[in-house]
Amino acid sequence: MKQYLIYLAQSHPGFRKAELESLAVLENIELDLADYTDESPFLVVRLQNDDEAYRLVHRSILCRGIYELWGHGDDLQSLHDSIRLTSQPHWAEYLHKSFKFEIIGYQGKKKTTKEQVALIETFEYLGFEGVIDMKTPEVRFTVLEKYHIEGGGPTAQPDHVWFGREICVSARVRGAVDEYDLKKRPYHGTTSFDAELSLVSCNLAHCSRGKVMYDPFVGTGSFLVAGAYFGSSVFGSDIDIRPLHGKDSKTKNIHANFEKYGTTHLFGDVLTMDFTNNALRDTFQIDCIVCDPPYGVREGLKVCGTKNEAKAEGKENLIINGEKAFLRKDYIQPKKPYELDLLLDDLLRFAAQKLPIGGRLCFWMPTANDELIPTLIPHHENLELIYSLVQDFNKWSRRLLVYVKRDENYKGITMSKKDRSGVNNFRDRYFSGFRPEVETEK
Amino acid sequence: MKFLTTNFVRCAVKSCAASSDSFPLVFSECQLVQQEQDFDAEFLTSMLDRLDWPALIKVAADLGNNSIPQVKPENIDPEDPESERILRDLHSLLLETQITEGKMICNHCQHVYYIKNSVANFLLPPHLAN
Repeated sequence: MKQYLIYLAQSHPGFRKAELESLAVLENIELDLADYTDESPFLVVRLQNDDEAYRLVHRSILCRGIYELWGHGDDLQSLHDSIRLTSQPHWAEYLHKSFKFEIIGYQGKKKTTKEQVALIETFEYLGFEGVIDMKTPEVRFTVLEKYHIEGGGPTAQPDHVWFGREICVSARVRGAVDEYDLKKRPYHGTTSFDAELSLVSCNLAHCSRGKVMYDPFVGTGSFLVAGAYFGSSVFGSDIDIRPLHGKDSKTKNIHANFEKYGTTHLFGDVLTMDFTNNALRDTFQIDCIVCDPPYGVREGLKVCGTKNEAKAEGKENLIINGEKAFLRKDYIQPKKPYELDLLLDDLLRFAAQKLPIGGRLCFWMPTANDELIPTLIPHHENLELIYSLVQDFNKWSRRLLVYVKRDENYKGITMSKKDRSGVNNFRDRYFSGFRPEVETEK
Repeated sequence: MKFLTTNFVRCAVKSCAASSDSFPLVFSECQLVQQEQDFDAEFLTSMLDRLDWPALIKVAADLGNNSIPQVKPENIDPEDPESERILRDLHSLLLETQITEGKMICNHCQHVYYIKNSVANFLLPPHLAN
């Protein structure tokens, strides 16, 4: 086992550990994260080799890079002592390789070129004879310094310094979050899900090559493009036909987004479908499910059916131009309101039936912050809830719930709507401004 | 709707789920277009496992293609030229063939679903939904 340093992004820190763990499981890597904290962007881990380090971080969104750790210390002197003590056997291997030094400062002030050169020159004892290549070096060495803010500015001296050989930078640093930014996407809408957390969701769901991902509430396809980014083939459905057709047939539709990202070959299809009356055949295996169920802030949650049974009675016998009305091409299927809690139960049941052992269901659930959250979270006896990760807004929050399908030895409990004491009436609470005096109906 | 997807959908009516007549749907009055896609052998190989081959033959016949081999290709090795030929044929059929307009009929309950503007619509009328 060797020591590697992971440099994490300071973004959604509450999701970082789950992403690392999920990638380790996906890549079959044994990983001990006992030293991890949400506060620090620096994490030392022990791994078998460079290949494991690469596979762990390469597709990460919340890591920035991973380095073979050559030494570290609280100041420059102790850093160099540590490098001499621990990494000397590595030096010869890089003696004649072209190389480059990089400096990363966390919360530090920007270094002048002169300061950078002065710092790099303190590493002269490594004795590298290869050419310095700033564009395409064979090997990159990185000095990572951690400062902190004191009295309104960065401290003059770092608290700790690490030095290592870069194994790889993450998908984030290679530009994935920026490239998938909604503002740069040909087609997006008011309910499109932000790029960064879509990509994180797909990492937690284990979207990868050779797997099929499904989003049953696909909308403008935010999760589909993220799933395809990681190589899975993606399918979606939605009860609302409008986002599936897009704004025009050439440039503003879901397909246009896949064209922009060069992943059209991974775009399976989108279907107009009521999730509760699902047309996917039972034997069609889905490996991961990622979605943001319609909690209905913009439009109430709907399924196929009629609000007024009495008025609709006999309509199935209506004939127009010698044809049954409901079989005509221009027939519009009426919709009726549905409860979010029931829909989530349907979703878990579907996932338990469809996913292979180890397959994952990831979905977002919004709640008002004053609710007793555990009473709202659904459970299914074949699904283990492994994460409940919170993104906090002011009066409400949404959480990413991640479930894994377990084999028959797993003894979970089912907690469907009737077993849960809480009622997720997020929409009503949203429109009443989350006022505490609003009594929740039971 | 891609040809591939015809292999994954059955009638949405719950009481049809148990019937073997609800899959595949019967395709009729379909308009097709060929839309070029990047060829990805690994992706196709992984899709091959998920295909119901008899259903594929049936739907292809509905759409006027009677040249599908009777048995699912096995031992696909993307490096082998013969395998690659098979995969390229499948690529053209499954991924590049789009159904832009048409009808899908359930052989069990005779309900009719439509494909409009390349998107299949599986929404049900109230008396069939619950």
